[in-house]
Amino acid sequence: MDHASRLERILRGIAIAAMVLFFMFPIFWILLMSFQTNETILRNPPSMAFAPTLSNYAALLTGRLDTAAGTLDIDFMQNLKNSVILSVFSVAVALLLGVPAAYAFARHKFRGSEDIAFTLLSFRFAPPLLVVLPLALYFQDIGLADTYIGLIWVYQLICLPLILWIVRGYFEDISPDVEYAYRIAGHSWFATFRRIALPLAGPGIAAAGLLAFIFAWNNFVFALVLGSADKQPVTVGALAFVTASGIQYGQIAAAVVLSIAPTLALAIYAQRYLVEGLSLGAVKG
Amino acid sequence: MAVTADIDGAARRRFRIGTRALPYLLSLPALLVCIGILIPFFTAVYYSLQRYRLSQPWAREMNWGETYWQLLTDPSFWNTLQVSLAYTFFAVGLQLVLGLGIALLLQERTRLNNVVSIMLLLPLMTAPALAALMWKLMTNPNFGILSYFVTLLGVEDFRWASSPETALMTVVLVDVWVYTPFIMILLLAGLRSLPRQPFEAAALDGVPRSFVFLRITLPMLMPYILTAVLFRLLEAIQQFDIIYAMTQGGPGNTLMVFQVEAYLNFFQSTNVARSAALLLILWAITFAISNVFIKNWLRLRERARGEI
Repeated sequence: MDHASRLERILRGIAIAAMVLFFMFPIFWILLMSFQTNETILRNPPSMAFAPTLSNYAALLTGRLDTAAGTLDIDFMQNLKNSVILSVFSVAVALLLGVPAAYAFARHKFRGSEDIAFTLLSFRFAPPLLVVLPLALYFQDIGLADTYIGLIWVYQLICLPLILWIVRGYFEDISPDVEYAYRIAGHSWFATFRRIALPLAGPGIAAAGLLAFIFAWNNFVFALVLGSADKQPVTVGALAFVTASGIQYGQIAAAVVLSIAPTLALAIYAQRYLVEGLSLGAVKG
Repeated sequence: MAVTADIDGAARRRFRIGTRALPYLLSLPALLVCIGILIPFFTAVYYSLQRYRLSQPWAREMNWGETYWQLLTDPSFWNTLQVSLAYTFFAVGLQLVLGLGIALLLQERTRLNNVVSIMLLLPLMTAPALAALMWKLMTNPNFGILSYFVTLLGVEDFRWASSPETALMTVVLVDVWVYTPFIMILLLAGLRSLPRQPFEAAALDGVPRSFVFLRITLPMLMPYILTAVLFRLLEAIQQFDIIYAMTQGGPGNTLMVFQVEAYLNFFQSTNVARSAALLLILWAITFAISNVFIKNWLRLRERARGEI
């Protein structure tokens, strides 16, 4: 491995370059497209030379699309807002409920705890529609269909198990001795949890929260089934946008860029946590 | 030592007694999620045993498994099974080969390798539905860059996802783009955590590298490979986002995988019973796969530990 020949180094370089090209090119191309007008997009043969324009983003921000057939009103910003609301609140609720529960699972072996853990584990890979389609009928009966609360509730099906698994693993890796000592010194259970356990599991909680946010943001099927146009996040909204806007390709590209930018930025900013969370979630889950 | 053990034991007891109800209280949300999953699950079982169409509520009655029988004698069900399995096989197979290759390429912790592995994280963080949309734009016959490249190669009228011959290949390509990094990340973590001694010993003895790879690297990496493949198999056989966003199961029923078929049965033909039966069969398949894998995984892990 250390005595790589020159030929081998060149082959390695080519392989890495090909790989980067394959995985980066789609993102790069969509980004370029989002700064072009329809005329330059439709040029044949395609060319990298164009005068960049922000008109696509401006059209999305104002929600008014000028097309050949007239002006269309498409409120893509509402989808973006929905994505933020759904992801942020889902993760907040999941952390608030999931971290103490993960602590309970890690520290106390009580009756039923294994049953709950097993049920969550075995349904972690159940088809999402199996749960969501019957829920859709129930939600219509109890008036939760097409509400943020109903959607955030359903998002717990992905966020809460994820946080439970990853954070439980972190709590289990921490020795409980410090907590016992702190308890003996006369501190309450809650103080022990807040001052000792939480800070020690901090990186795990961050990793789990980030992953849960990205999974929630990228979720497609829940809102497709349970939300109507004004509650749908970008994943569903972008598809509807394609249908509604017809051939406004520059604006479609801009909508895709705005939709994937938050998760990609998070990935770059916190890649260490993400890799750790993914590996741990997979290995321990 | 005895003293510490005593204190520890006392602390443990006090810790428990003071908080007997607490663990139950804390795990309540997890319990609620469990109930939130189990109620729809059994509801689906109940629906699947009925004749139940949303458009014909008056005809709703128990028919005890007739729906399943109708499914099994319907060629479209076997098409669904076949397409799902083909999609899973090609997608996961390609991802494993590519993911393993890339992990081996990036194994050393150099600055370049770290930057490249961050870049590879990006497709995985892209929502699969949006990834499908991106590839749909790239394969658009009028301006898609990939369509253009294909014409440069001399192939006329290559229609990607709109042609029955190439539709499966196109969605598999998107799946490979999104999920290869997942396998790569797990295997890279595995490779970097392997003990160094066997490799150093092999290098000292001048063992050929193909032998090192087949007899040392691969067996020691096997638990990681199995974990990664298990995750991918279970997700791929349930794939919905990419296929629905790309073609909604078309052209014709070329890409009618389980969840897309179930979704369309529910919302287009409002056949709730058939949709529920399809999803339960899919659930049984995933359950079987995960059981087989978990057993093998445990055995392999034990063997890996015993040998070293």
